[in-house]
Amino acid sequence: MQKTKTYISDTVSRLKPSGIRRFFDLAASMEGVISLGVGEPDFITPWSVREACILSLEQGYTSYTANAGLWELRKEISDYVARRFHVLYDPADEIIVTVGASQALDVSLRAIVNPSDEVIVVEPSFVSYAPLVSLAGGVPIPIQTSGKHQFKLQPEQIEQVVTPKTKALIICSPNNPTGAVLNAKELMQIAHIVEKHDLLVISDEIYAELCYDEQYTSFPAIDRMRERTILINGFSKGFAMTGWRLGFIAAPRDFATAMLKIHQYTMMCAPTMAQYAAIEALQNGAADVEQMKKSYRQRRNFFVQSLNEIGLSCHMPGGAFYAFPSIQSTGMTSEQFAERLLLEEKVAVVPGHVFGGSGEGYIRCSYASSLEQLQEAIRRMKRFLERL
Amino acid sequence: MKLTEKEIEIVELLEKNARLPIDTMAKMVSLSVSEVEDIIKKLEEAKVIVQYATIVDWRKVDGHEGVTAMIDVKVTPKRGVGFDEVAERIYRFPEVKSVYLMSGAYDLSVVIEGRSMSEIAHFVSEKLSTLDSVISTTTHFILKKYKHDGTVFEQGDQDRRIVVAP
Repeated sequence: MQKTKTYISDTVSRLKPSGIRRFFDLAASMEGVISLGVGEPDFITPWSVREACILSLEQGYTSYTANAGLWELRKEISDYVARRFHVLYDPADEIIVTVGASQALDVSLRAIVNPSDEVIVVEPSFVSYAPLVSLAGGVPIPIQTSGKHQFKLQPEQIEQVVTPKTKALIICSPNNPTGAVLNAKELMQIAHIVEKHDLLVISDEIYAELCYDEQYTSFPAIDRMRERTILINGFSKGFAMTGWRLGFIAAPRDFATAMLKIHQYTMMCAPTMAQYAAIEALQNGAADVEQMKKSYRQRRNFFVQSLNEIGLSCHMPGGAFYAFPSIQSTGMTSEQFAERLLLEEKVAVVPGHVFGGSGEGYIRCSYASSLEQLQEAIRRMKRFLERL
Repeated sequence: MKLTEKEIEIVELLEKNARLPIDTMAKMVSLSVSEVEDIIKKLEEAKVIVQYATIVDWRKVDGHEGVTAMIDVKVTPKRGVGFDEVAERIYRFPEVKSVYLMSGAYDLSVVIEGRSMSEIAHFVSEKLSTLDSVISTTTHFILKKYKHDGTVFEQGDQDRRIVVAP
């Protein structure tokens, strides 16, 4: 059959493939690579959580759950969010269990965006935000943060891009890729502008459990922000459960009802066995999370100090498990730096520009690797820099 | 002895890996090298750190396979010294690796390492059972060590993650 039309939608045609993909293909083709390119814990899911999943299979819990998720899990999530982040959500109709935080983001955006609505994305940002805004029919509007402010969003930057079409703001704290954490005072300043311009906030708090230096503040816990916030979180990072694909949304009833419509038609429900595992994670996983967090903090301290010592200037990230050092002193673009480092020293890092324009001049290094790997990576990077 | 958070962190790091370089440890806990050295010295002097040990899988060394046995020992405690005196008499033997006072069906749990089963049998029948206070012994030979002092002996520790991910 002769194809005479363009079959792929214009929106999808315009989407650029993820910049990480190219590096994945290159690194995967090489042997002996030390990878600092991974965005996931190097810990295996705690055994008690895996065991709970096995038990659920043995007991034959293999059918669909309610669209919004198992009642017992939603209740645990509600208790967890209240206990850890001091915000109350009704498990009956304000919590939805999703297929990872990624699906939660997708559902959130599709529930609120009308064609040509603008959504502010704070860069450097997780690679999915802007494409998901586009897929929802909206227009992503970037705000570029800078190393000068440790990549923290400055509230006045919102004022500079806000228009009558601005619908929402996506914030991610602790941030992927910079590790920047917004504290209570900074969030309050942002809240003030959000309220002034009547915006919604999608608060991606997937790294909330990995906050090292200060008490974590959840955005909806700020005065009057619960009503205009869609809280996104999940089990991937804090509980080392990336492959389980389990996240959740907590939001005021009207938002949750809208999102549940999309979720029920597209996903039906999150995987049942993963939901049983998540109940165990919330009930008994706190000590495991604490242990993992302690280990990340130690490795962060080691890695960031070592980066600075070998001449890659790096701010101390407050959370997540990424260091975001500047490579501007080398005169190379982040793409050139990452490619040469990979080819010449077999260390995989992610070039900063894939996270948005303001990521240029930086690289993302995940320190969720063993101490021995980090020590070796530093040795190789030092050798590489000395050769330049 | 009350330790600070940093001191506890250092003990935990050394417990996991006694060969961790001091400069690496200093960076991990955000202290200077000399501060870490001082802390370790203090902990060694106070016997919080008792010894630096190496866990060896002797099965992999030809001619050194060895045999380990756990022996449940029932004893008669003595007035004034309780179980301490007999425990001390037992732990002085070099082949005894550990001695614990237990609650339950027996009193002392003794771990012995020897070159062969007959060597252990000899120790139990000639040395241990003949002690005045010892009422009875039950010997369990360890057939295979899977995990010892928190260390798993055979473990595939390859990284299962893809090389680059979001």
